[in-house]
Amino acid sequence: MTKRAPDVSVSPPRRRRSTYILAPLVLIAANVVLFALFFVWPAVIGLVYSFTNYTGVGAFQFVGLDNYHNLLGDSTFYDALTRTLLYAVLFVPLNFALSLLAANLVVNKYAKGASVARVIFFIPWLLSPIVVGVLWRWLFGENFGLVNYIIEQFGGGAVPWQSNADLSLIVVVMAASWAWTGFSMLLFIAAIKNVPVSYYEAASLDGAGPWRQFVSITLPSIAPTSFIVILLNTINAMKEYPVFVALNNGGPGTSNNLLVQYIYETGFKRGQIGYASAASFVLMLILMAVAIIQLIVNRRVENR
Amino acid sequence: MTTTDMPRPVDADPGPGVSKKRTRGATSGGLRRAVSATTLLWILACLYGLPVLWFVLSSLKPSSELFSYPLTLVPHNPTLSGFKAAWESANFSQYFINTALVCVITTVLTVGVSCCTGYALAKYDNRWLKAFFICILATTMLPSEVMLAPEFLVVRNLGLYNSFAGIILPAVLTATGCFMFRQFFLTVPDELVEAARIDGARELSIFLRIMVPLSRPIMLTLAILSFQWRWNDYIWPLLMLNDPSKFTVQIGIQSIVGAQNINWSVLLGASVISMIPLIAVFLVFQRYVMGADINAGLKD
Repeated sequence: MTKRAPDVSVSPPRRRRSTYILAPLVLIAANVVLFALFFVWPAVIGLVYSFTNYTGVGAFQFVGLDNYHNLLGDSTFYDALTRTLLYAVLFVPLNFALSLLAANLVVNKYAKGASVARVIFFIPWLLSPIVVGVLWRWLFGENFGLVNYIIEQFGGGAVPWQSNADLSLIVVVMAASWAWTGFSMLLFIAAIKNVPVSYYEAASLDGAGPWRQFVSITLPSIAPTSFIVILLNTINAMKEYPVFVALNNGGPGTSNNLLVQYIYETGFKRGQIGYASAASFVLMLILMAVAIIQLIVNRRVENR
Repeated sequence: MTTTDMPRPVDADPGPGVSKKRTRGATSGGLRRAVSATTLLWILACLYGLPVLWFVLSSLKPSSELFSYPLTLVPHNPTLSGFKAAWESANFSQYFINTALVCVITTVLTVGVSCCTGYALAKYDNRWLKAFFICILATTMLPSEVMLAPEFLVVRNLGLYNSFAGIILPAVLTATGCFMFRQFFLTVPDELVEAARIDGARELSIFLRIMVPLSRPIMLTLAILSFQWRWNDYIWPLLMLNDPSKFTVQIGIQSIVGAQNINWSVLLGASVISMIPLIAVFLVFQRYVMGADINAGLKD
């Protein structure tokens, strides 16, 4: 963007394209300003603050890599990080399987009422993460929830959905998978509809059953979409926060505090902006690593 | 969840368009597959639909009935008292108005700004435009959750802390919006622009008079998405606002959840009220959302 100024003054007569400088400039002006204010500026000062002991007010000192060094020895940070990774490892495959199943059933020509079912699958995506959290808290209440009530009706004992750390993580995984299915499903529906019908007709003539057709035709054909779904869901999982807050507030205790909650608590509750900025950059590095790894894997799969 | 209810919906509403699709294979094998596919579809649909149904029906129960065993799906004495209590408690109606205001303003700005940028990116060929396109794509790499603290400081330095502008302005630039409009304008033939230029139209009037009206479907799609993102936003408004009279609905609901003793009657009512606008918008404009060519950049 720094190159813009010379371009404007030099070129008018030479190239035909460059007759149009003012118009595109006016059209993108608002976004350029917003980009500079709310992206470049915070990114730069975030990086700078991650090397300081800034608390949000007053003076601060540069402390070099101390924040990063301390993070590596901070067990709370490690717990948040491992919990976030565990959450992603559980959430991404579950959401993938559910949304792929839903998409396949919705486009299945034999299934009746598919258009109504599609709306039902999609509605959870509309609900805010806070409401999703409240709703699942209501379902999975230990003493009053519908789920434990049903379990008890069948002779089981009440399950400690809220007071067991692992179970309460699983409830959030289920809630988030439920909420995100509609979105991933839409992506899959579009991809499945693009697979040429002739492939399936040829496979039917060869005697391939529905499962065989799904594995040999549908799955390979929708690989690019699968890649996008996995990428988006992984990134979303790494940034999850509101569902946790509303469902069990990262509890029991602090055992399910995820990374964003950790950043929020250190930065805003304890006023350690510098330290929180360092944690943010660790999160950013993870997100970029996720994207790069998946790009490489995707390229390898496509080249095969 | 409730596996007890499962088999029922096989005979549910077949929905439009089904008879058309089934013309090819109506043999006996087709019948068997129709039964199994339909059953599986509706088992899954029930799993997805029942939590919402249970939640909404519970919100219609009087608070005395909420925890009375045995639990019943349909309330015995349906009442709107939960909604009434929620609406009147803790400024909830004010939160609702605040959220609606923020959503509408953000959505209008987002659609307008994204349309301009998307058009410029699609129809002009300058080197710095390409560079800016890469800059916009970069914003998807660094979501606002990652930059909570620095972004907060920037907005505070701009004097926007505790104001609606502090929520609205950072949300206006979306890579998704720019990308959607760019993809759309790429499909509009360049000849249309050239012809208008030959007729002597000025650049910006070509955009406003010809291109903006053409892009109405994209505008509507992005408007729905933007409205949904902003309506559901939680963490950014939470950071930006400390004056309770400016709170948004999501913060209001979360504050009920965070209370010492949760008042479930109020919480259920507030949650259901907060769902209504989005569900209504969605049901009206369903075909735009469902038909939208959702792309990789689709995120808030």
